[in-house]
Amino acid sequence: MKTKTRKIALVGNPNVGKTSLFNQLTGLNQKVGNFTGVTVERKSGDLTLANGETVEIIDLPGTYSLYPKSLDEEVVIDVLLHQQSPDFPDTVIVVVDVSNIERNLLLASQIIDLEIPVILALNMVELAEKKGFVYDKEILAQRLNCEVISINARTGLGIQELKLILQNTPSASSFRKYKFIEKYNEIITIIQKITHSSNTYQNWLVLNQVDKCRFLEDSLKVQIKDTLEKYHFEATQIQKMEILERYAQVKDILKASRQEKEPSQFYSLGQNIDKITLHPIGGYLVFATIMFVVFQSIFTLAEYPMNFIETTFVSLSSYLQTHLPASKLTDLLTEGILAGIGGVVVFIPQIAILFGFISILEESGYMARVVFITDKMMQKFGLNGKSVIPLISGMACAIPAIMAARNIEDEKERLLTILVTPFMSCSARLPIYTLIISLIISDTPVLGIFSLKGFVLTGLYFLGIFAAIISAWFFQKVLNSSHKSYFLMEIPVYRMPRWRSIGLTMWQKSQEFVIEAGKVILAISIVLWGLASYAPDNQMEIIENEIIKEYPTLSETELEDKIASAKLEVSYAGQIGKFIEPVIRPLGYDWKIGIALLGSFAAREAFVGTMATIYSIESKGEEEATIRELLRQEKNPQTGEPLYTSALGFSLLVFYAFAMQCMGTVAVVYKETGSWKYPILQLVYMTGLAYISAFLAYNLL
Amino acid sequence: MKTLADLKKGEIGIIQSFTNDDTLSLKMLEMGCLPGMEVCLRCAAPLGDPICIQIAGSSFALRRSEANQIIIKSN
Repeated sequence: MKTKTRKIALVGNPNVGKTSLFNQLTGLNQKVGNFTGVTVERKSGDLTLANGETVEIIDLPGTYSLYPKSLDEEVVIDVLLHQQSPDFPDTVIVVVDVSNIERNLLLASQIIDLEIPVILALNMVELAEKKGFVYDKEILAQRLNCEVISINARTGLGIQELKLILQNTPSASSFRKYKFIEKYNEIITIIQKITHSSNTYQNWLVLNQVDKCRFLEDSLKVQIKDTLEKYHFEATQIQKMEILERYAQVKDILKASRQEKEPSQFYSLGQNIDKITLHPIGGYLVFATIMFVVFQSIFTLAEYPMNFIETTFVSLSSYLQTHLPASKLTDLLTEGILAGIGGVVVFIPQIAILFGFISILEESGYMARVVFITDKMMQKFGLNGKSVIPLISGMACAIPAIMAARNIEDEKERLLTILVTPFMSCSARLPIYTLIISLIISDTPVLGIFSLKGFVLTGLYFLGIFAAIISAWFFQKVLNSSHKSYFLMEIPVYRMPRWRSIGLTMWQKSQEFVIEAGKVILAISIVLWGLASYAPDNQMEIIENEIIKEYPTLSETELEDKIASAKLEVSYAGQIGKFIEPVIRPLGYDWKIGIALLGSFAAREAFVGTMATIYSIESKGEEEATIRELLRQEKNPQTGEPLYTSALGFSLLVFYAFAMQCMGTVAVVYKETGSWKYPILQLVYMTGLAYISAFLAYNLL
Repeated sequence: MKTLADLKKGEIGIIQSFTNDDTLSLKMLEMGCLPGMEVCLRCAAPLGDPICIQIAGSSFALRRSEANQIIIKSN
């Protein structure tokens, strides 16, 4: 019989090094998914212990207590209060920041009361030593009656010892002294009969926050609420009492185990950095400079790997074309699949760099400063300083960004943030921006070192930010939201980012992008190739014969080109493109762009792949060339001038900057808001804005 | 009655009690800001709001409207 894999959950306050410990324990064996029923990111990973047993480690969202205030934190009680949950742990590792031990032990004492076996992992011991104190872990272990171990989640110190402890499930601590509950014994007995759970503290947590217990059936919730009403239960007041009583206990334990040390001056560096980053003017300048550097590097750093990938795909494609027998299948492989995949893979360097920078900003503690300096401004537009995190993450991908909005406690501010986040230029827009910019902007350097392309790209990102903020203001007026919200957050100390964990994030996010976007793009590429290679009846042969008759003097290559483009025009794809052409003509687009535009409504990153497929089908007679070269050669049939003028280029750029073209985002907004109203509103508003702006751009330039 | 919002930059006070807002005071307690603790105003954000306070070696940001609900005693 196969025994069940033991589950170990990591729990702790925010910023205590929980994720570093998770990375230390699981390394590259990580899986990213969702918790059942909610879209909160669930990171888990396998760890094989010295005795050969494999356990599953689950990283739970950071929280200050088992009274969650935000949707993310609610996952912690979903898991810990519900024994039937698929994630219910056999053991909990509570990661403790020793330099802030009181409130960390508050959470630990709550979990101990749930009778779940607990291991206390003391982290940031050196920071506490610098502050002038340490705690004796033997005394802590004895008083709390649980395993206590010192670790350094950054360097890996103590991890081996932790792995040894994990070989056995420790017994649940017997440390439980809740006086605050005694007065409520009667009501707890009633709740116990409803929930059929024997743990007193678990029933206590349920009766304190019935509405947040997603695992309870509605009929049970009604019964519990009736009981609460009968007893006039004042949850918040009682919770305050509980917290104060717990602190008193914790202080008592800490007094016995505390050892003073000589403090060393260490804050000064962080505080000096804050003098600049939080300065009334300097603060914004620093922020703008950092963002500018990020976008410049996306262009310059990613250029070399991108060129390499581009040429590799082109040579692979021509190698296959010369070595495989000429057939429809070979065509599908080279023109459909390879062209489509190449269009995605080439952007991995840029996406990895972008995600890398965002995680550096978060890990170093700088993001919290940005939240702080922008809150007042964001409030004017109906947002919250905390909206900055979803907005900035939206520059990588709107889907996780919209989920990150769960950290905003206020419902209306959260909704507005969700509505405007898709305006931020996400990494899927990057391929399109890059391609179009390289067509219409020259390589001339600005001020010697900066590239003009980088400036235009930065401009597009600012356009997205601007649209997001203005739209938030507009939606705030429309949705008529005047309300009171609260804002309370910890400003963490600055920390050197851990390169390993940043590397891990870059790896995971790129992998996710390739798999997720790759699936859609591959499917679209194949369908599109089919639509572009076949035509109703035998129109393709008819047109081929016509052209051969019409141009008897042309050379073979020129003739092949003419035939290929005529064939494309009569193909299913060509006919669809022609059908929508009247609608997009005012924006300067022809039917070929129309085809790509339609494909983009599933996922905007399909644009480049689609264009690649269309043009490589059309350029039969030529040597294999990159999509950039093919587009540059494209002529306007009326004037004979290059088709991709700056007016058309800017029209496309603006369209893609504003339009809501991502099924994933529509789906996540539906999930997060629980209604179709908001995704539909977003779709109509954003696409409408895109159409009007692209129209203006094309006609004014 | 002096509140946290009245502190000047660098000034230190002692937290006495919280008025009204239960969610806010509960969260402050959970984050480790307890009555009797020393609180120091580190700085205000560029537009004067929110403010950054320091309690027991940790820094917190909160809006002035919230700081108004925290009663302090001069040190």
